[in-house]
Amino acid sequence: MNREQFLAGLKDIAPMMIAYAPIAALWGTIAAGTGLSPFQAWLMSAFVYSGAAQFVSMDLIKSGTPLALLIFAITTVSLRHVLMSASISRHTTSIRRPKAMLLLFWLTDEAWALMERRALHSPITTSYFAGVAIPLWCVWMTFCAIGAVVGSAMGDTSRYGLDFAFAAMFTAVLAGFWKGSRTALVLAASAGVAVLAKLYIPGAWYIILGGLAGMLVAVVGATDGND
Amino acid sequence: MIEGWFIYAAILGMGLVTYASRLAGYMLLNGKTVSGRMKTALEAVPPAILTAVIAPTVFLQGPAEMIAGALTLVSAILKLPLLVTIGVGVASVALLRTVL
Repeated sequence: MNREQFLAGLKDIAPMMIAYAPIAALWGTIAAGTGLSPFQAWLMSAFVYSGAAQFVSMDLIKSGTPLALLIFAITTVSLRHVLMSASISRHTTSIRRPKAMLLLFWLTDEAWALMERRALHSPITTSYFAGVAIPLWCVWMTFCAIGAVVGSAMGDTSRYGLDFAFAAMFTAVLAGFWKGSRTALVLAASAGVAVLAKLYIPGAWYIILGGLAGMLVAVVGATDGND
Repeated sequence: MIEGWFIYAAILGMGLVTYASRLAGYMLLNGKTVSGRMKTALEAVPPAILTAVIAPTVFLQGPAEMIAGALTLVSAILKLPLLVTIGVGVASVALLRTVL
């Protein structure tokens, strides 16, 4: 473990740790309302560790969705991780395979975005990956459990704008990938398809569809330009 | 009241499919050198997925989120530190939601 690299990861993820504590607590209150015990709420946030999957699952469980359908829905919510882990595998070549497979358990959207940002100038090491991924997990499961115990004392978290922290962080990371007009086409395709899919296709297909649209435009653009 | 076995089965199933999706891309590509179209497609993953994740949040919720998104983007283009950029986004959306 390299202390400096771990701390660099921790420093990058720190704003998300602050922003996510109330969001995790909010999920905990919803979980308690859905009928999960504090232990079950803690176990789900520790083992599933995905905000998107957890929020969606509470909706589905509450409406009496059968188990197989629930798991299928969560699979569609999680498909984006396939592309994220494929992309990050280009930058983790110094990490031995078993260790990388363990670390990937903690591959959240947030950790992934920050690693892509770091990979613009240096390779991803075990210590940086751990620093960016594991502290947020600790905050997440702790506050999910606290929320489940405390119940609905949270009020409306959107008042503080904390739900926007995620979009703001992604926007900040996104700016680092700007490479001129060709990027504009990729962004337009991704944003356009994601918005349309969100409006017209139920479920969480918009991420994977928007992502694939951007990739397709990038490939077509490169073929046209002969490079 | 939901039965305990259902919750534990849901936790196990959800955890397994989530971890599988986190491993899948790595397992497919680790140790392989990609080139040509595959390389171009992979290089587009970060901007494409980052955009697809946030587009509905920024464009579909209302003017507060759109303006806050634009202000965040300006902070990012000015290369302000990450914490400051996130602060700009959170503070401006909180303020705009009250005002608008």
